[in-house]
Order: sequence, then structure tokens, then C-alpha cells
Amino acid sequence: MLSLNNLHAMIEKKEILKGLSLEINEGEIHILMGPNGIGKSTLGHLIMGASHVHLTQGEIKLNETNLSGLSTAERARLGLYLAFQSPVAVPGLRISEYLRNLYNMHHNKQLSVSEFRKVLKEKLELLQIDRQALQRYLNDGFSGGEMKRFEMLQLMLLEPKFAVLDEIDSGVDMDAQKIVAQCITYMSKTSKTAFLIVTHYQRLLNFLDAHKVHVMLDGRIAKSGGLELVTSLEKEGYHWVKDHNTEVTL
Amino acid sequence: MTHQQNTAQPQPSSIDDINDYKYGFHVEENYVYKSEKSKMGLTKKIVEDISAFKNEPSWMLEKRLEALDIFYEKPMPNWGDSKNLNEIDFTNIHYFVRPTERVGTSWDEIPTEIKDTFERLGIPEAERKFLAGVSAQFESEVVYHSMHKQLEEKGVLFFDMDTGLRLYPDIIKKYFGSVIPSADNKFSALNTAVWSGGSFIYVPKNVQVEIPLQAYFRINTENMGQFERTLIIADEGSSVHYIEGCTAPVYRSDSLHSAVVELIAMKGAKIRYTTIQNWSKNIFNLVTKRAYAYEDALVEWVDGNIGSKLTMKYPAVYLMGERARGEILSVAFAGNGMHQDAGAKIVHAAPNTSSVVTSKSISKDGGVTTYRGLVKIPKGMTGCKSKVQCDALLMDDKSQSITLPTMEIEEQIGNEIGHEASVSKVSDEQIYYLKCRGFSERQATLMVVNGFIEAFVKELPMEYAVELNRLIEMEFEGVG
Repeated sequence: MLSLNNLHAMIEKKEILKGLSLEINEGEIHILMGPNGIGKSTLGHLIMGASHVHLTQGEIKLNETNLSGLSTAERARLGLYLAFQSPVAVPGLRISEYLRNLYNMHHNKQLSVSEFRKVLKEKLELLQIDRQALQRYLNDGFSGGEMKRFEMLQLMLLEPKFAVLDEIDSGVDMDAQKIVAQCITYMSKTSKTAFLIVTHYQRLLNFLDAHKVHVMLDGRIAKSGGLELVTSLEKEGYHWVKDHNTEVTL
Repeated sequence: MTHQQNTAQPQPSSIDDINDYKYGFHVEENYVYKSEKSKMGLTKKIVEDISAFKNEPSWMLEKRLEALDIFYEKPMPNWGDSKNLNEIDFTNIHYFVRPTERVGTSWDEIPTEIKDTFERLGIPEAERKFLAGVSAQFESEVVYHSMHKQLEEKGVLFFDMDTGLRLYPDIIKKYFGSVIPSADNKFSALNTAVWSGGSFIYVPKNVQVEIPLQAYFRINTENMGQFERTLIIADEGSSVHYIEGCTAPVYRSDSLHSAVVELIAMKGAKIRYTTIQNWSKNIFNLVTKRAYAYEDALVEWVDGNIGSKLTMKYPAVYLMGERARGEILSVAFAGNGMHQDAGAKIVHAAPNTSSVVTSKSISKDGGVTTYRGLVKIPKGMTGCKSKVQCDALLMDDKSQSITLPTMEIEEQIGNEIGHEASVSKVSDEQIYYLKCRGFSERQATLMVVNGFIEAFVKELPMEYAVELNRLIEMEFEGVG
């Protein structure tokens, strides 16, 4: 499905990724952990083709399609999704209209307001979003939890093949974390969406059935394993990885 | 204005097409009367001819001639874009042109791109011909007559100003120039001297006019003249919404448009005046608009300005009675080679009055927008509230926004005054976020821009809102 092969990437003159490789299959949930500022968010932006991140070596493939040369919008339309750590507000852009445009574009449909209402119903219930909130403007004056739930709502509407969730559990209370986790599980099962979830916390993982956990250090995947990796990390910190992996220097 | 939805998708074209003014075409001239251009500029003879041609009462001719003297004496405003202003060539203007019923240009002669513009805006056939100057009349007699009948039953007067003067000289004599005297400024003097067309509306006591009145619905109209003069009087407890202009491009071979609009909202009356104008790039658009709002009255100016070489327009509300309210909501869009110098003026001339000014401006491709505003609270006017919000959106580094708010607050007791201004650029983060959801650069830009003016658009009647959005879309063709 999604192959990241020996990725080297720079922001301005600084090399952030130094040979990162990862393989994620359909419907799988992968967790990416690592210290702050190590380049986890950069990886998400690189996958989406953000202009400020430059791929200097390696390739990103979705199934057999090489993504290099594709614009951000083209990647999104191919089925890639990035849930932002800090979603951007667009004042004056009414959510109800925005979501309907989004849905119609991705599914090549022309649903009316009332038809789209039906599409939304079950998703709003799952995410516990009040329909009233759709009359607001996109991410404008939202609380952290509201923003994250709207990121998940957009994901559910787009049914992407692959999604990066950048700290979807930060600034969110436990109930909202549970809701987000349920939504991830649901999408991985029903739409076979593959996930790469960037997180700092074990808690979200308690609600999820993750296939693999990866630890990123020094621009590479330093260690991959099962959930036991998280337990060791929480106890001993990232130095534990360093101590157990001689190739990596902190 | 138009009541059709255009389902055709705009075809992409290059940004140059948008900037090169595509509405600039000439209509063959064939007029019953046309004032001579003269080296002298505007002469007494021209003014006398206009008045004689219209068979006006002598007091109107006197008013015109008095205004002419003021026009001669008054210097050009030395503020604002005076460099641009001084380019106006008063000798190169036809001060009065009366179109005949057949203008004599065939639809076939209208350039394809103009027709395309009408097509894209979804303007019905008959209106297109009117706008393109092919037909002097807009064939909506049925609509017009049925509406006219309803209004008549309620005692509402709605005429072009020339007809109004013929039929109701007493009302006009009483109010004409009472809000904006000839001597107010050089261009109000000019308008008074040579005015022609415009609208006259009188709404009797306690009559609510449910549907918006549109100059458009008048047949054989002169409402789109260069020097139109509009007077609206809403008597006690009445209400009316008047809509001027349309989103369709308006072309004039003469480069000066200078209108005067006077509104009078009596005790407890409501007037909303909505304007959307889209002028070609050769036009100087210098308009004086002012309203008197008496006790408990409400006056709202909703004013959208697109195009023109230079627009100077500052709709004003004088709050003359207690609890009177004034609201001015405006959008200005300046593209390449355009300067929108627009704003608002509020005078709290009575205690416990309130005002809200919301100004939105968009500058693109080197365009300049200026907000020029005044809020005045004279000594003794206590308990007044005023809120001014100016937001400017810059599309690129070449474009410019200037904010010049003036507050003349002579009374502090019980007054609440707020002013906020913001200048923002369309942020890369917003565009990137929307691209990550699959929207193109152009779609993303439009979403941000339309979001920016949403507060304005939602105040427009549906069909105007649709058209304005479509117009903005056209302005952003070629982006991304």
C-alpha cells in the first residue's frame, strides 16, 4: 500500500529525514513516536507534498504510484489524508457548505443539502458532533477537541486510502480520545484506511488495535515493534531505544 | 437582478484576460440630444439646454445654475487620490446624453467577450442587450407593471427622477438638496448642475414595502446615467429596501460617473440601500451618498464596489434623532490599475444613537484600497455607541491597503466607541490546508476570499449573492 523508501528530506538547509523507510498495508494502524522536533510532522507534510519540505532522495509510493511530481491536491484526490496537529481556521467558510463540496468533489457526486444531511447523520453521531456546529466557520474559534473531531469528520467523509494523524490526541480530553480511537478503528475496518498515527501518549493506544509501533530518532525509524515498545518507552524514555540500537546517535 | 442560475462552468482563461478590461466596447452614437464637448468644459449654455430639454420648472434651472457657479469656484479635493483626480478632463465629457428608444447598435457588434461575461453571470437575454447599450429599454414590462400596481395601491411613489420632478414637483422642491447641498463638494455641485435620471421614491407613513425596489425594473430608464440623482423619503414608520446597480459590468464611453444620493428616514422609518457596482477600468466613480435618520429610524448602506479607475465614495448617515441607528457595510475590490477609496461617515447628531461600520477590502495585482472613515460625536451627545471594523485582505505583495479612520469624539459621557482594523494576507497555511483536502490553488483561494466577504454577501438578496460570488470567481481565473 504505502511505501516510504529511504526518504531523505530537507527544510531550508537542514536535513530532517535521513533515510526513513516504512511499509504500511491496507487497513493497518501504525504508531509513530519520538522526541519533539525529530521530524514526525515533517514526514506527514512530505507525504502530502508540502512545498516547504524537499525530498532529496528516496521515493514515496501509494500502491504502485510514485508520488513525486504530484501536487498536494492531487495526492489528496488519490486518497492521502493529513489530519493537522493545529488545523487552520478559514473565517467565513461555512462548515456545512465546505463539507458538502469536499464530499461531492472526492466522490464525484452532486448531492443536495438534504441528501448530504443523510450522509452526515451517522458520522456526526459517531463523533458526537452537534449538527448546530456545522453552521459555524471552519475551525474558527474552535476548542482543541472540536478541531480534532472535525479533522476526523473530514477523514470519514473522504474515506482515504492512507491517513497521517498528527497528534490527533493532543489537547483533547479522554472522552474525545475514545471517540477518535473508535473512529480510527471503524475506518480501518470499513474503508480499509491505513493509518500512521503520530502521538506522544500511550493512552490513545489503549483504545486501539495497533499493528506496529515505530520509534523515530535522528531522521530514521530507530526501532519497530509491538505495543510492548510503548511500555518500555513510557518507563525509560527514548534513551532506552538509543541504548538498544547502536546504529542511532542521539 | 437576474433570477436565473447559470450552470455553465466558467472556462479557464489567462489572468491577463481578466486584467485587460474586457468590457470596454463602444456603442455607435445616435442620440436625440447630446451636449457638445467644448474646450470650455461645462458651460452655462449646456446647463440651460438640459433644463429646457426636460421642460423643468424655473426653480430647478436656478438650482442648477447656482450649483454651476459653485462647481466653477470649488477647488478639486486636495485629499484622497488627488493625482488621479486631476487627470479628469472636464472638456472631454458629454454632460447630457439622452438615448433614443433605438440606440442603433446591433447585438452582433458586441464583442464576444462581453457576451461571454453576460453568459457566465447568467444575465437574461433582454437585460444583456440593455446593459450592452443595444437596447435602451429593458423588456420587463410585465414585472414592472404588476409591481407598479401593487406599489400604487399603497401610495408608494417610485419613478425616475425626471418623471418624479414632473409629477411631484412640490415634494422634490422640498427635499432635493436638503441632505446634500450643492456646496457640499465639487462633485455634488457638478451633479446638481447637470443631473439626469436616478430614482425618486416616497414611501407613505407606516407602509412597509416588502419587495426590494430595483431601478432595474423601470423601463426606458435613464437610471444608469452619469450624473444620476436619487432621493428616497421614507415617511414615519415605513420601510423600504432599494437596490441600485448590478454585478454585470457597466461600460460608459465617458469616463466620469458622479452621482448624488439623498435618503431621508423619518421617525421610526427604515431604509436599506444596496449597491453593487462593477465599473470598467476607465471610469472615475465619484459619488456622494448621505442619509438623515430621525428618531428611532434605521438607515443601512450596503455598498459593494468592484472595478473603476478611481472610486471615491463614503456613504454617510447623520443620526438626527434619539435612538436612530446607522449601519454601513461595504466591500471594495481593487485589481490592477484600480484605486478604491471608500469608507463611511457617521455623525451622531443626537444622544443615544448608535452606528456600526464594517468595511472589507480586497486588493489584488497591484490594486489599492483605502478605507477613509469618520465617526463624529459632538459635545452633548451622550449615550452613543459606535463600532467600526475595517478588514483588508491582500492577495499579493504588489497590492496595497490603507486605513484612515478619523474619530472626532467631543463627548465622552456614556459613549461606547470601538474601532478595530486588520490587514491580512491570504495565508499560505490556509491554502495548504485546503489543498491537503484536495482543493486546487484557485478553489482554495476563492474559499478564503469568499469567506472574507461572507459578512457582506449574506446581507445581499440571494440572486445578488450568487452573482457576486460568480464575479469574484471570474476575477480569480488563472490563479493556480
